Amino acid sequence: MGVSHSSKEAWERESRSDFWWTQIQEGFRSQSDFNWDQIKQLHQRFRLLSGDQPTIRPENFDYVLDLEFNPIRSRIVRAFFDNRNLGKGTSGLAEEIGFEDFLTIISYFKPLRSHFSKEEAELYRREKLRFLFHMYDEDGDGVITLQEYRRVVEDLLSANPQVERAWVRSIANSIACRALKEAARVSGHPRQEDQPYQAITFEDFVKTWQGIDLEVKMRVNFLNQEAAAL
Amino acid sequence: MWTWESDILCVLVLLAWLVGSVYPQALSGPGLGPELLHHWNNSGYSVVSLQWISVRAPFLTTSWTLVALFSALVFHLSHKVTSIVPESALLIVLGLVLGGIVWAADHIASFTLTPTLFFFYLLPPIVLDAGYFMPNRLFFGNLGTILLYAVIGTIWNAATTGLSLYGVFLSGLMGELKIGLLDFLLFGSLIAAVDPVAVLAVFEEVHVNEVLFIIVFGESLLNDAVTVVLYNVFESFVTLGGDKVTGVDCVKGIVSFFVVSLGGTLVGVIFAFLLSLVTRFTKHVRIIEPGFVFVISYLSYLTSEMLSLSAILAITFCGICCQKYVKANISEQSATTVRYTMKMLASGSETIIFMFLGISAVDPLIWTWNTAFVLLTLVFISVYRAIGVVLQTWILNRYRMVQLETIDQVVMSYGGLRGAVAYALVVLLDEKKVKEKNLFVSTTLIVVFFTVIFQGLTIKPLVQWLKVKRSEEREPKLNEKLHGRAFDHILSAIEDISGQIGHNYLRDKWSNFDRKFLSKVLMRRSAQKSRDRILNVFHELNLKDAISYVAEGERRGSLAFIRSPSTDNMVNVDFSTPRPSTVEASVSYLLRENVSTVCLDMQSLEQRRRSIRDTEDMVTHHTLQQYLYKPRQEYKHLYSRHEITPNEDEKQDKEIFHRTMRKRLESFKSAKLGINQNKKAAKLYKRERAQKRRNSSIPNGKLPMENLAHNFVIKEKDFELSEPEEATNYEETSGGIEFLANVTKDVTSESGAGIDNPVFSPDEDLDPSILSRVPPWLSPGETVVPSQRARVQIPNSPSNFRRLTPFRLSNKSVDSFLLADGPEEQLQPTFPESTHM
Repeated sequence: MGVSHSSKEAWERESRSDFWWTQIQEGFRSQSDFNWDQIKQLHQRFRLLSGDQPTIRPENFDYVLDLEFNPIRSRIVRAFFDNRNLGKGTSGLAEEIGFEDFLTIISYFKPLRSHFSKEEAELYRREKLRFLFHMYDEDGDGVITLQEYRRVVEDLLSANPQVERAWVRSIANSIACRALKEAARVSGHPRQEDQPYQAITFEDFVKTWQGIDLEVKMRVNFLNQEAAAL
Repeated sequence: MWTWESDILCVLVLLAWLVGSVYPQALSGPGLGPELLHHWNNSGYSVVSLQWISVRAPFLTTSWTLVALFSALVFHLSHKVTSIVPESALLIVLGLVLGGIVWAADHIASFTLTPTLFFFYLLPPIVLDAGYFMPNRLFFGNLGTILLYAVIGTIWNAATTGLSLYGVFLSGLMGELKIGLLDFLLFGSLIAAVDPVAVLAVFEEVHVNEVLFIIVFGESLLNDAVTVVLYNVFESFVTLGGDKVTGVDCVKGIVSFFVVSLGGTLVGVIFAFLLSLVTRFTKHVRIIEPGFVFVISYLSYLTSEMLSLSAILAITFCGICCQKYVKANISEQSATTVRYTMKMLASGSETIIFMFLGISAVDPLIWTWNTAFVLLTLVFISVYRAIGVVLQTWILNRYRMVQLETIDQVVMSYGGLRGAVAYALVVLLDEKKVKEKNLFVSTTLIVVFFTVIFQGLTIKPLVQWLKVKRSEEREPKLNEKLHGRAFDHILSAIEDISGQIGHNYLRDKWSNFDRKFLSKVLMRRSAQKSRDRILNVFHELNLKDAISYVAEGERRGSLAFIRSPSTDNMVNVDFSTPRPSTVEASVSYLLRENVSTVCLDMQSLEQRRRSIRDTEDMVTHHTLQQYLYKPRQEYKHLYSRHEITPNEDEKQDKEIFHRTMRKRLESFKSAKLGINQNKKAAKLYKRERAQKRRNSSIPNGKLPMENLAHNFVIKEKDFELSEPEEATNYEETSGGIEFLANVTKDVTSESGAGIDNPVFSPDEDLDPSILSRVPPWLSPGETVVPSQRARVQIPNSPSNFRRLTPFRLSNKSVDSFLLADGPEEQLQPTFPESTHM
């Protein structure tokens, strides 16, 4: 990918010599989701992002120019440092992440393996949903509140520069309201006028995803190279 | 039900017989008309004269069309029949029967499907419809797969079928035929292509999943270029004679493939650009706006035909590329017109094509039977299609994200239907050059009939038996849409971060390019703002609110006239919105639906939409009130002398607009006066209103709004309400959003005066419980007005004198307008129901 053959070899030689190499091996051992080539490739990218440092900090993502136009850029970057996603705790953000953590996050986008049993597939699905849920649930209290939902919608709307800010806010509010109500209905909560549905729990969140082919949506093409390589 | 059907069937047969018996005579001589007339009219001037000769051709064409449409009508009377037998098969059989009747009446083959008729008039509407309603994202997402099947698959089919037939011919199984290798290849090339018309007609009834559908359908559309090139190449080779074909010619053939396909696509894209650009400036000629869409797309077809490029590709890509911009640019009414007209033309053409295919077959002159040839053709096209699909899928599955499974492959092989394109091409052959043309024609007919009737009939049970993943009929929910949008961004971000250039990356780049450049050039400024997908979601929300309200009313039994299968399915009323993505969302649904039933469906949707509009005034939801009416700019058309009287919808919009202002005024007033109403009164009011509404049905009467509006505005001034003045500032801008944004501001400033508007308050840290606890239409500020009106009981009797005193009443009841002006509507309270049969 963009690296000529000879320079790749050079890079590998160099990698072998220092502690990067151990890191790659570490990564490979901890992440059975990726094959060797993918690990190396991701590691190369990691080094590029981190500026040859062992860890990445949020500001390192500024390097990715293409991210600039992404309306939910900050959320995505934050997801990389979210302890919940990294499996390091129930809340809070990590200050910096290493290569293994980087792999952990990327592995959320791994396609489902065909030999998975139904239970495994379901577990996998829930993992992916949890990642998304964490992206929505900013304060880590386990529910998506109206405000949180609204801010997501606002972020998404902000991609359109021609829409005025104040208007976005009101629209977002309205949409979020509606979406919450819908979620309540889908997840089978009794509908009571005086007892509003306050927030979406993870279980309800999973329910709203019923019938959606998450596998098609939440995976990145290149991670599927494994199929071709095997 | 049955009596109806048999009645119509009788009429149909009678009509067919009439047409059939008159037609040959009309063709065969000067006709009986003039002679009769001469006989009558020897003396002096005739008051009535029969101009048979001059109207003969169009009259007969129209009659046949009428027969075709009638038959479609009959078939759809019984849903059972069409759910088992595809309409296309029924039409072919009907065509055979009618052709037989005509033949029996007078031994002349009557109307046949001529290539000119087919390629210039019947095919373009179908292909344009397919392109214009193409689910773009799905299409481009699977473009690689589609192209492989369309190009390699078609070449494979053509070559193998042609060569195998030639091989069998050499073995002597077919007896003596005056054909060489090139003739066989020519035949192979025209019989190889999967036909878009047949595929559409059959697959629509079979609801397979959308990926499978788009692959088969996309293939059938895009293989046109291959077919055209192969056909032309081999035809010229046949003309040249086998021994004179050189290597240079073969190279030329390959080059011409790229020229024809890319050229056709380019022509389509250029015309799409033109069309989008034109619609940007048509807002002052709303009446002819839809015309541009049809004329320019048709022109793209003709242009590429003229340049001997792939016309089907041209019009397909014209539709695909322009849909987004055109749908955003043209007005809602025009979008509806375009949608209906396109569907009507397409389903009409389809009906005619299949019926004429049947009729064309009844002509002993074209039939030359050769059992071995016909049977082997059938076997070869099926077998090689299957082999081709399996081979290509095997390659594709190494790269595809969504694997094509064995079941999918079976359906794809089985769904390789041949149709009218092959027939029209084979009829085009020159008998002097291709000696066995008649054999080719009859074999093609057999192949078409076999694939359409037999395979069309059996594909549905097959799909059910194999349990192919069926398409989901439900509309995406709001949450799904939001999450889907978020996913797009997340995926492209992950690709950015991990440094890969994948599908999402390209899509992201394209949409950036589109936003930065293309949309700026091709879209009206107001449309640019509203095209955001999430804004569309919001747009839908308004409608959804209305619907759910109506559904609620219906549950209580007071609004039974509105059909509502379930609240979940009602999210999407976006047939009424011209926004690009919402339409996109419903396109797959549209495409999958039977084309002819779509019309019905859309009609009911339209009905529903109107009913919604109708009930809007009950729904005192702030959102609805402020967002559903059109920007003021559109009302100006009322006064333009270039415009015809705007339709009822616009009048209703206007009505809503004024009603809203009145309501806000009154609530403003009552807030000042300190009138407070409880919820109960509001509910009572609603029920009464619902009841009343039921009696009065659709208020699409002529509303004398101009004068009222005038009065109204003047009166408003007393209350220092800012909308009228503010709104006029925005007359120049055409977009709803600016106006809406403006309203939002108004509300904020107003909120101090006693109107609590939770939805649009800019307050960042609003209490969420307020928002969700009190449904907006029950918010205290709004209940004031209705209950005030509810107290004044308006007698339900229509009387015209109210016309004279509309304003006096208008403070009391908005119904007075409707009652005063729409008495005729009251006579048919069950009108909407009747459309659902």
